[in-house]
Amino acid sequence: MSLEILSPGLATTVQDRGRFGYYRFGIPQGGAMDQYAAALGNRLVGNSIEDAVLECTYLGPKIRTDADAVVAVTGSPVDVLVNGEPRAANARIELSAGDELSFGVIRAGAKFYIAVQGGIDVPEVLGSRTTYPIGKLGGFQGRALQEGDVVPVGTGGPSTPERLDEIPESWLPEYSREVDVRIMLGLYDHKVTEEGLANLVGAQWTLTPIADRMGLRFDGPGVKWKEEEQPFGAGQDPSNITDAGYAVGSIQIPGGTQPIVLHCDAVSGGGYGQAGTVISADMDLFARMSPGTKVRFVPVDMAETLEARAENRARFARLWA
Amino acid sequence: MTLPDHARYSWGGDEFLLVEIAPDMSLEANFISNAMALGLEERGLPGIIDICPANASLLIRFDPDELGHETLESAAREIEAEARRATVKGLETRIIEVPVWYDDPYTNETAQRFREGFHQRPEGSDLDYAAEVNGLSSADEFIRRHHETPWLVSMVGFVAGLPFLFQLTPRERQLEVPKYLSPRTDTPPLTLGYGGCFTAHYSVRGAGGYQMLGITPSPIFDPEQKLADFDDFMVLFRTGDIVKYRPIDEAEYREIQAQVEAGTYRYKQTPVTFSLDEALADPDEYNRTLLEALDVA
Repeated sequence: MSLEILSPGLATTVQDRGRFGYYRFGIPQGGAMDQYAAALGNRLVGNSIEDAVLECTYLGPKIRTDADAVVAVTGSPVDVLVNGEPRAANARIELSAGDELSFGVIRAGAKFYIAVQGGIDVPEVLGSRTTYPIGKLGGFQGRALQEGDVVPVGTGGPSTPERLDEIPESWLPEYSREVDVRIMLGLYDHKVTEEGLANLVGAQWTLTPIADRMGLRFDGPGVKWKEEEQPFGAGQDPSNITDAGYAVGSIQIPGGTQPIVLHCDAVSGGGYGQAGTVISADMDLFARMSPGTKVRFVPVDMAETLEARAENRARFARLWA
Repeated sequence: MTLPDHARYSWGGDEFLLVEIAPDMSLEANFISNAMALGLEERGLPGIIDICPANASLLIRFDPDELGHETLESAAREIEAEARRATVKGLETRIIEVPVWYDDPYTNETAQRFREGFHQRPEGSDLDYAAEVNGLSSADEFIRRHHETPWLVSMVGFVAGLPFLFQLTPRERQLEVPKYLSPRTDTPPLTLGYGGCFTAHYSVRGAGGYQMLGITPSPIFDPEQKLADFDDFMVLFRTGDIVKYRPIDEAEYREIQAQVEAGTYRYKQTPVTFSLDEALADPDEYNRTLLEALDVA
């Protein structure tokens, strides 16, 4: 079966768990920006966690199915319509051949997900179905969906032991206008003044409209980099470093003005220093923010980070328990 | 020049380890970064996801559920010590020729669209500016200096297949060029850029902050693997590759493009053993040896 794209929405792409092992060539991990929300969708339709879904940004697509299908919509709260009639999000939806799925305007966050039983069946490239638009690689022809595209769906049957018709309220992600994000200081934080670091972890930062899968830029009091003689090859600005690999989740602050959190499609390296890294357990939070969201970067140590990691894994594990 | 005695280790959250060999760029630091990457690969630790050698540092991604961070750090420190102790600093690699149409209309047109607010010298061209900040008489002089000695691919990254290259020439003769004041939102694909002491070879169209010098006619990232040079993988360059730029004119640019289109184009290349000691001891003589190898290829 397949999904016909009647209108594509703002930026709808095929995503999965991500493409790992090619970062050394500059190919980013990609993957759903909110891995947990995508996993909820896969659980509802009876997929495995590895199956590919559609990730929608702000404005959803309009889709017609050519056969009976089971779908689920998860992530950012949004009105779900089947042939114009409202249906529940975070629940299993059965479609008949010819049904049209469409959406209202999201009420929070930035990303919602459409999971289909059988998974989005584009070819795997380098071990993943995730879309890398800059490299025109993976996903549906290496790009966001366009009107008229016919997106193939796999034939795999339910892979979960027990049918789940609805996600329990307590399992759903939270959407707040004030979010605490845990970070580990490090990388090049020694190049930032004490006052600068105090701003980074003490002040409230506001998400600007410059935010996407590559990076999210925040406004706030700024951060000072130490005025020292720059190393050869780094470049003149105190925020410059000799070009190096970028950790996913790391926070760079070009010119000391606006911190940028590098997300799953970010460039793999470059010449801006980073003052710390968002812990892996909190990376999904950025898909649940929209411009104007207030963020505090809360410093944690390695032990707390690993504890958060274990809790996060347990949340995923419970879905397929 | 001397390196710090020890690399600096720092965690990027729970999944990344940064090993900074030195804060500044040098052949020695790059060599240790690459040697460490090889050493880590050979050790085959479970839980390693990616080993990214960079100009003067190394970034390792790992799964802390499979590989404890203390285990990883102690292994990396051992490998660092081995790399520093190695008496023969050699690298089996290749030298590859890359044709460049310097001062071409595509990058010039793009440069004109990004002057005011982006560039240090809105009235001129990127090449004129690059020559001027290096005290050279003309853009032609900068171009000559750019291609007269070979370059080492010191890092691959930013976007798919984009190499950063470091010129094999004594530091006092190296050219340094500031990056744009604010990055462009557009760069023609296959642009050759210059920022800091590095040349970057933009693999795809997109943002870029390096001064633009010229354009090359053949891909370095080929996701469909249409050309024979991409049979093994869709990315042409590996860290440690040596590159010699060869200036071409418009006619040859078009001719090579036609060969790319026909699927017949091959990069001129030949295997070489790169010796760090020889490169440092007598750079001019050593570069002559490297170029001779390419001549007979």
